[in-house]
Amino acid sequence: MTAAPLLQVRDLSVLFPARRGAPPVRAVERLSFEIAPGQTLGLVGQSGSGKTTAGRAILQLQKASGGSVRLLGQELTTMPAGALRRMRRHMQFVLQNPYSSLHPRMTIGQILSEPLQVHRSVPANRVRERVEELLELVNLDPTMMRRYPHEFSGGQRQRVVIARALAVNPDFVVCDEPVSALDVRTQAQIVALLQSLQEKLGLSYLFIAHDLAIVREMAHRVAVMFRGRIVEMGSADQVYDSPAHPYTRLLLDAVPVPDPRLQRERLRQAPPDLRFLEGDGGACVHGVDHEGAGTPEWHEVAEGHGVSCRYWPAGSSPAG
Amino acid sequence: MTGPLLRVRDLTATVTTRREVIRAVRGVSFDINADEAVGFVGESGCGKSVTAKALMRLAPEGASIALGGSVAFWGQELLGLGEEEMRDLRGRRIAMVFQDPMTSLNPVMSIGAQMADMLRRHLGLSGRAARERGIELLDLVGIPEPARRIDDFPHQFSGGQRQRILIAIAISCEPDLLIADEPTTALDVTVQAQILRLLLRLREERGMALMLITHDFGVVAGMVDRVNVMYRGEIVETGLVDDVFSAPQHAYTRALLDAVPRLQGAGAIR
Ligand SMILES: Nc1ncnc2c1ncn2[C@@H]1O[C@H](COP(=O)(O)OP(=O)(O)OP(=O)(O)O)[C@@H](O)[C@H]1O
Ligand SMILES: Nc1ncnc2c1ncn2[C@@H]1O[C@H](COP(=O)(O)OP(=O)(O)OP(=O)(O)O)[C@@H](O)[C@H]1O
Ligand SMILES: [Mg+2]
Ligand SMILES: [Mg+2]
Repeated sequence: MTAAPLLQVRDLSVLFPARRGAPPVRAVERLSFEIAPGQTLGLVGQSGSGKTTAGRAILQLQKASGGSVRLLGQELTTMPAGALRRMRRHMQFVLQNPYSSLHPRMTIGQILSEPLQVHRSVPANRVRERVEELLELVNLDPTMMRRYPHEFSGGQRQRVVIARALAVNPDFVVCDEPVSALDVRTQAQIVALLQSLQEKLGLSYLFIAHDLAIVREMAHRVAVMFRGRIVEMGSADQVYDSPAHPYTRLLLDAVPVPDPRLQRERLRQAPPDLRFLEGDGGACVHGVDHEGAGTPEWHEVAEGHGVSCRYWPAGSSPAG
Repeated sequence: MTGPLLRVRDLTATVTTRREVIRAVRGVSFDINADEAVGFVGESGCGKSVTAKALMRLAPEGASIALGGSVAFWGQELLGLGEEEMRDLRGRRIAMVFQDPMTSLNPVMSIGAQMADMLRRHLGLSGRAARERGIELLDLVGIPEPARRIDDFPHQFSGGQRQRILIAIAISCEPDLLIADEPTTALDVTVQAQILRLLLRLREERGMALMLITHDFGVVAGMVDRVNVMYRGEIVETGLVDDVFSAPQHAYTRALLDAVPRLQGAGAIR
């Protein structure tokens, strides 16, 4: 259980610079978490809360304004460009949209050869063989390598995107909404594929998604983001079965159900009041100014299950 | 009255690319009445998006399209209409939220300019009025600090924010019919509920009809009166959403419903 973490993120923050006198956008604020080898951390939360930005900052595709990211024990935020380029083969990105993330004028074979050549991960005469291997790994017919992306369905394209990410044998993959554009049956197939690849190759995932049922299936641990911060984190069971933060509860309560009568009734009810979650800055729900005091806004409610004291309604408490 | 808002009969759509010819829509018929919401479900590639684009007389990316059958909007046949007249309808009377938010926003134009463009062209709003309306619309779809963000460019927004901007643009001219192709895939469930409530309100207050394409059976359940199940370019089952969900007739519909991922304990009304 106490294997050294593959990825260690400490107080990671991202600021987008101000425009015309406005204050900068604090997209990600002091994120901290770890991911063990072969494990998945599910990242869920509000649209615009900083999930994609966090994923990009971890992969050094976006400059962090503070904090540390260690992969395989090596600090990435201060790594020189050359070393970082070599590090890239250990970490990959799978994006949401299978429609726009593949070059339309390249064949599948060309798309999959490219990373192999860039990282020189196999000798030139073995590229073709490796491409065939990769297609088989994601359950596609190797003869498909001569085809173009638009000739594939959404699910097939997403398999190609996954194959491309796996081309260089990464240890860590950020999946940003990898199945949200797909139909339910294809979603289930891709989830099963990602799980079997994890088992086979010992991959670690940061799995960003809005579908809470799928996250529960994929993730060992789950973090919930709201307005740039992680407000709750724990094992999947802890977060889903005993949600501690009011935002987590709101989220779980809002999952639509395929029952027309019930679902209509829920939409007819007044929307939940998100205002009680406001009150950024200053004192926390316990009246402590953590920023001033330099203490974490974080409370353990059970072993491995933590909750932030930010964004609580006045008078309530994380412990109760 | 001239019958339903939209009457589609034996619609066929043949998509031609450089390499192949695909009969993507093979004779579908359905009606959408004013202020009615109709859902379309079915697995990837079954022809939902091609059907939706065909109603707007648009071809899928990188392909050409040949249409057959009939599409009558308020009794007016659209398939023979001139391109000029079609352009006046698109966006103004029939608006569409496209499936891919990134390719349907212009990356080098600010959000405000893209919204103003539409409002000026169709409603004749002045620059100032269009800007104010734009800020209002961004607020409606839940973009924080809309007055500050209206001059930002698409890449400065999150995936879900871009999707909501597309919705804001689509509803900006108060269309009679909104075609929404997977409009909430990039949203968390609380923001999704906010958008769905907004669409329901537009339907109630302005009589906006809705054609909703989605893979999410929870979304379709709460939003539509009738649902059409598509399979390989055809509608294989149609009915009231309550009936189709409680007693699916077609084996394919049953298989789709069985594959819906369910969260244990979800859906309790507290
Ligand atoms: N390049 C940028 N410049 C300015 N602000 C940005 C930029 N990119 C993102 N933002 C802002 O940072 C915040 C976080 O965005 P991010 O894309 O990380 O959200 P997210 O959690 O992935 O949301 P979603 O679920 O909608 O994809 C948002 O408010 C967004 O508008
Ligand atoms: N741009 C295109 N080029 C070539 N073929 C296309 C294109 N768009 C759609 N097709 C083909 O038309 C058929 C119907 O596709 P359509 O996009 O309507 O499916 P869909 O039901 O919307 O699927 P999804 O749920 O994945 O969005 C498919 O066989 C597809 O391969
Ligand atoms: Mg995102
Ligand atoms: Mg589609």
